[in-house]
Amino acid sequence: MSVPLLDVENLRIALSQGGKSYGAVEDVSFSIAPGETLGLVGESGCGKSITALAVMGLLRPPLSLGGGRITLEGGDIHDLPPAKLRQLRGKRIAMIFQEPMTALNPLSTVGRQIAEMFVLHAGANWSEATDRAVEALRQVHVPSPERRVKDFPHQLSGGMRQRVMIAIALACSPDLLIADEPTTALDVTVQAEIVDLMQELCAAKGTAILMISHDLGLVANMCRRVAVMYAGRIVEQQAAADIFDRPRHPYTRGLIASLPRLGARVAHGRQRLQEISGVVPAITAFPAGCRFSPRCQRATDVCQSNDPPPTPLPENGLVRCHHHG
Amino acid sequence: MLAVLLRRLLNIIPTVGAVILLIFVLFSVIPGSFTSTGAEDGRMLDPQVMERMRKEMGLDDPILERFGRYVGHTLVGDLGKSFRTREPVTKLIADRLWPSFKLALAAMGFAVLVGVPLGFIAALKPGGLIDSVSMMVAVSGLSLAQFWLGLMMMYLFGLLLGWLPSFGYGDGGPRYLILPALALGVGPMALLARTTRAAVLDVLNADFVRTARSKGMAETRVVTWHVMRNALVLVITTIGLQFGSLMGTAVVVEKLFSWPGLGSLLVDSVFQRDIPAVQGCILVIVLFFLAINTLVDLAYAAIDPRIRYA
Amino acid sequence: MKFRANLYIGGAFFATAVIVGVLAPVIATHDPVFDANLMNAEIPPGWEYPFGTDAQGRDIYSRVVHGARISLTVGLVAQCINSIIGVTLGLTAGYWGGWWDDLVSGLTNLMLAIPSLIFALAIMAILGPGLVSLLIALGLTSWSYSCRLARAQVLSLKSQGYVQAARILGYSDLRIMFTQLLPNILGPLIVIATLGAGGSILAEAALSFLGLGIRPPYPSWGSMLSDAREQITTAPWLSIFPGLAIFITVLGLNLLGDGLRDILDPQSRERTS
Repeated sequence: MSVPLLDVENLRIALSQGGKSYGAVEDVSFSIAPGETLGLVGESGCGKSITALAVMGLLRPPLSLGGGRITLEGGDIHDLPPAKLRQLRGKRIAMIFQEPMTALNPLSTVGRQIAEMFVLHAGANWSEATDRAVEALRQVHVPSPERRVKDFPHQLSGGMRQRVMIAIALACSPDLLIADEPTTALDVTVQAEIVDLMQELCAAKGTAILMISHDLGLVANMCRRVAVMYAGRIVEQQAAADIFDRPRHPYTRGLIASLPRLGARVAHGRQRLQEISGVVPAITAFPAGCRFSPRCQRATDVCQSNDPPPTPLPENGLVRCHHHG
Repeated sequence: MLAVLLRRLLNIIPTVGAVILLIFVLFSVIPGSFTSTGAEDGRMLDPQVMERMRKEMGLDDPILERFGRYVGHTLVGDLGKSFRTREPVTKLIADRLWPSFKLALAAMGFAVLVGVPLGFIAALKPGGLIDSVSMMVAVSGLSLAQFWLGLMMMYLFGLLLGWLPSFGYGDGGPRYLILPALALGVGPMALLARTTRAAVLDVLNADFVRTARSKGMAETRVVTWHVMRNALVLVITTIGLQFGSLMGTAVVVEKLFSWPGLGSLLVDSVFQRDIPAVQGCILVIVLFFLAINTLVDLAYAAIDPRIRYA
Repeated sequence: MKFRANLYIGGAFFATAVIVGVLAPVIATHDPVFDANLMNAEIPPGWEYPFGTDAQGRDIYSRVVHGARISLTVGLVAQCINSIIGVTLGLTAGYWGGWWDDLVSGLTNLMLAIPSLIFALAIMAILGPGLVSLLIALGLTSWSYSCRLARAQVLSLKSQGYVQAARILGYSDLRIMFTQLLPNILGPLIVIATLGAGGSILAEAALSFLGLGIRPPYPSWGSMLSDAREQITTAPWLSIFPGLAIFITVLGLNLLGDGLRDILDPQSRERTS
């Protein structure tokens, strides 16, 4: 097997609160091959965003790296000194965030914010960088890029701003793009455009994508493999096609069942939307045993006392459940 | 930018009008303002003299006429004649403008040059030693009577150690300015330290700072270019607002140090029941404050494009 | 649980000042006004007179202790007046809107354009010296903060369900304002009042220092500092104690206010990391 681009092994992220340390994310492992798209799915608070921040080395107190290995093309990056880690950011791993409204500096023109990438990583001077910024805007299909370059973020629409973010992130052709809920704050039609744009550009540059979202449908369309997170753990990981046809974990099943389906009413008559009852446990109060057991319809005694270990599935999949399958 | 300026000026006009009205109502309408002259301080005015002054001031004319006259005179810069010295109030005020201005500028300069960096450094390492110490200093600075601080400094540096003159304007040299400016600047300095700290902490946690870090930007650059500029907006607003309370405190500090400024003129005039002088002083002080606020708005617009291209 | 240093230390300082003021007649060693023997003039701090005596031979310690009564009373009452005016204007302006709101907002802008000490000075100038005029002057100067707060809160809460419900039930406007809306702003209001009380005490001291507030021979901390200035060459210790008393009291109120803000008004809490 070829060397994966990104390999995360037994990642643990600690949260320190009130003098005690909690495991916000535990025993998380996944890998992404060069040019591959992996989806990371889960509800708010399951730890997917902070996993992304951990890969970037952007965790800030009270969160910190509590264990595990992160390697990029075989080289350890989790214990690199900050200066070396900084050199990777933007150049080899880039990230785009959920709120384009607040993710850009309101006092700088968008052109300058894109140009910054070239100055930082490609050794360009400001004038060259600005030219390349115009080009970058063109690549993300922003109309009249020469004029847009001088605009301030508040003068652009949400979709435009996200395009700018993508331009910034892909400016130096990184190996990996981490996208943390990039479409959640956008209108549905714009969502589709942004997703298409990301796929187009990343395919052209050979950039792998780690797509984080709570939207299972979105991820299914975009990603080759999908990992489902719950309460700080990956509970299931499979190829996208398989995960929809044969979800193995009760949580995944619940997620898929709760998706409203177009045409379902015609086919099956009026039905209640399926839900997963209960709420996500707080980091400070994870249940003993399987973390999903309080909400699981198939929970038995062993689920409440024993934390299920990961069971490997074909094609690099895994599932954490005593009653999977 | 011009649009911002014009808009601001337009907004000020009703406020200025209201201030003029208020001053008029307070001092020229409320009965007894003038005729009680003398009764309090023990100086009694001869009733005939008082009658003559009433006629001269036109105090028996209908209110609207008096108001019209007042506004008319004010608009052309005639603030009346001082009761005490019979000189035009404008001249009295003009003599005092520069010392007051100097003092205010020096005090605010001190406040900004010490308070803002202090708050900034405190925010970069929250919970650290510098943070705790500077915030303790700040809350203390806000809690003491500034004239008390001035009094103690006057004794320590002026009388005991003899390093600085203990009061007065002297020849206008900087040595005379130091103690009053410090006493006056401590309050704004303390507030600026706290406000800057809060603003910087807020910005440090903002999304776009996270974006900047994710671009691989060095932390120093993130802090100077992204954080400072964005925090500056709130800091500048505070500076403008602080000028108001500064001018209030200046009245007391000027009196303490016998500083020949507008503040001490105001206090003296109040004691001497010199109504035109009191009215004139208050008007000029308020106008000055409004002018400062306008400048602050312009600076704000210069920095924040969201205001410029609203 | 975070050790709320602000709250406890501030509360302790302020409580001390209040207790001293309340117990003043008991803990003072001399009469602050009448026990004036020129033979005892300007004695430095020592056993018999812990803070020394002033130019009239009065015991500074007793005067400071009695001064607590005066300065605290004025400061707190003035702040009450400020809060009442501010809340009433703000609640009604936000709730009723229309021309009344315009008027109140205009008034607020006007007040914000005039430095508060100067406005208080002007009022004292008109009303003449005395306790009542002092309270009026101080009570009229800083109501704009609580007014703005009350108005803003009302505007945001006005459309809430329970307010609509109360209306439908036929509650009168006043009842809605005071039973439904007021409790919601009580937290931030208390914070503003606490911090404002400190400001009122400082303002009273300044006015008394200038001679426009509490007049001698009554021992306000501010007027004592005015005396101190006159005797600064012969009796420098006079400058220390009244100012120190002001400092401890106002510091207590400021710390208390900060501490209360953490509890009652978490949204305006300063970030800690």
